[in-house]
Amino acid sequence: MTTKVPVVEKILGANESLAEKNRARLDEHGVFGINLMASPGAGKTSLLEQTLPKLAERYRIAVIDGDIATSIDADRAAEAGAAIAVQVNTGGNCHLDAVMLQKGMEEIDFSEIDLLLVENVGNLVCPANFVLGTHKSVLVASVPEGDDKPYKYPGMYRGVQALIINKIDLLPYIPFKMDYFRKGVEVLNPDLVTFAVSCATGEGIDEWVNWIIAEVEANKK
Amino acid sequence: MHELPVTESILEITLRHAKTHNATKVTDIYLVLGEWSTIIDDSIQFHWDILSEGTLAVGERLHFGRIPVELLCLDCDHTYAPTDKELICPNCQSIRVRVTKGDEFNIDSIEIET
Repeated sequence: MTTKVPVVEKILGANESLAEKNRARLDEHGVFGINLMASPGAGKTSLLEQTLPKLAERYRIAVIDGDIATSIDADRAAEAGAAIAVQVNTGGNCHLDAVMLQKGMEEIDFSEIDLLLVENVGNLVCPANFVLGTHKSVLVASVPEGDDKPYKYPGMYRGVQALIINKIDLLPYIPFKMDYFRKGVEVLNPDLVTFAVSCATGEGIDEWVNWIIAEVEANKK
Repeated sequence: MHELPVTESILEITLRHAKTHNATKVTDIYLVLGEWSTIIDDSIQFHWDILSEGTLAVGERLHFGRIPVELLCLDCDHTYAPTDKELICPNCQSIRVRVTKGDEFNIDSIEIET
């Protein structure tokens, strides 16, 4: 006999449950977590290099770096002021998931840390589907990628709470229609907090750093 | 792409529900996937054929229920589908819009033999 059985479950529900455990672990120690996502070359690591020295005066920071291979990014984060930088090589996987983050978190003594910054694998598709358990997800977009990216990768733009538009120093040289870009973003994610920055000149970095500080402090209360 | 872990999750959920209902075989799986869920049907099917080998669910049919993206304009109440190049309301050009359909990523039901 054939019967139809209702299931009605989220396909990635298991990842989401594990992400909740990661969040609980962070909360237990009062650590604020941020998941940084972007396409390859948008400037995630450069942004960390600009951000870490300013935050390191105030907080003890751990960085977990997801990459398909190498520890280049974790080394750069450690040099820029991270108290601990853990490299998670995904072995070809195109994104971090909650399991991989949990593994990376095992290497960190969270009683020694205030802030966890996760640098996801460079990719605008897959990381959007796999929540990690961080408090905020942030997308780093960059001017040379083009103004059509919100239209092409709506899932990524929908799944974040803050957006950094990097490399704004290149705006005079690249046909990037900021108005068109922002209209797409506004439709996809009306509550998004946005920062226009240049990691090359340092423009806009302070606003972004101040936002992190405000979020960390609000989370402590 | 991330179809492999997605397929593994579909199989895990399917087998768990099949066991609960004492199924001897799973014949059909009904998925509900929004257009913005970035999943490729053929790739899921490819992984499925390998992963389901030796399980209750081997050889069953995967049904991909695709939900097109639907946007609702908060200014003029117009419901519309976006184009490749525009997301704003085509009726009044508003950017005050909500996504009402297209993010779905669920297993709706399975058909089993007992």
